[in-house]
Amino acid sequence: MTEHKHEPISYRTLILTWLALGILTGVTIAVSRIQLGALNVWMALLIASTKSTLVLFIFMHLKEEARLFKVGILILLVILSIFIGLTFTDVLYR
Amino acid sequence: MSIEHRDDTGARFGMWIFLYTEVILFGGLFILYAVALAKFPQQFAEASHKLNIYFGAANTLVLLASSLTIAMAITAVQRNKPKQAMVLCISTIVLAIIFLINKYFEWSAEIGHGIYPGSEHLAEMGPGITAFFNLYYFTAGLHGLHILIGGTLIGVVTVFIAKGKVNSERYTLLENSALYWHLVDLVWVFLFPLYYLIL
Repeated sequence: MTEHKHEPISYRTLILTWLALGILTGVTIAVSRIQLGALNVWMALLIASTKSTLVLFIFMHLKEEARLFKVGILILLVILSIFIGLTFTDVLYR
Repeated sequence: MSIEHRDDTGARFGMWIFLYTEVILFGGLFILYAVALAKFPQQFAEASHKLNIYFGAANTLVLLASSLTIAMAITAVQRNKPKQAMVLCISTIVLAIIFLINKYFEWSAEIGHGIYPGSEHLAEMGPGITAFFNLYYFTAGLHGLHILIGGTLIGVVTVFIAKGKVNSERYTLLENSALYWHLVDLVWVFLFPLYYLIL
């Protein structure tokens, strides 16, 4: 049986992704300098998640991987959410 | 003639499973951060202002560039251009070293100001600021350790490319090292805004 091989991702796509990541870094810094109260943290997390999605799907080839890899990430995120959620149900109601 | 047994997809999935555990490891530290932030919002903002945003931003750009070079190295190997791949791997290592040099100057300045875990100066500033800096040193330190490991791993891969052990037919080692490197970048993507950019 031959191994399934990915097509190489073009330099162009990789460089464009990198530029997008650079721009998003600028956006994070710019937004963080505006006083938004608690919203600042949520904006930072939102932009960081967008950047992570780009890195995961393009740099880390998640787009080309089998469904198993994507389901794995989803399960990880659910576990992490439970972890965070349960911690805060404790911390916030002491 | 020997029959070679290999499963590249399986090897990559194994690496991903390891990366999941890394996410849980750093996730725990970020949860600690979130709990402390909820408890000491003002002190965290005050402490964050003591960090040098320029060092943080510069290191963000350095890591993003290194993520690009290592991703390009995979493409180069797939296209059977080992020389190009080696140049890209070495660029990644150089960027990793630049990151660590930045970190050295940044931490030297902070330690010079008396800000380090267990310092008296920090104790005088109260529990909120102390919590911030303890978490900052631990998380950034663990991240720095990952940079060191990732850089070493890429160094090994570069030698393997030179010897032809990693080639366009077989390059899982490069892919897995690159995956590790991208994870290190991902951790920094969250670390930078959460520690350096709080108002």
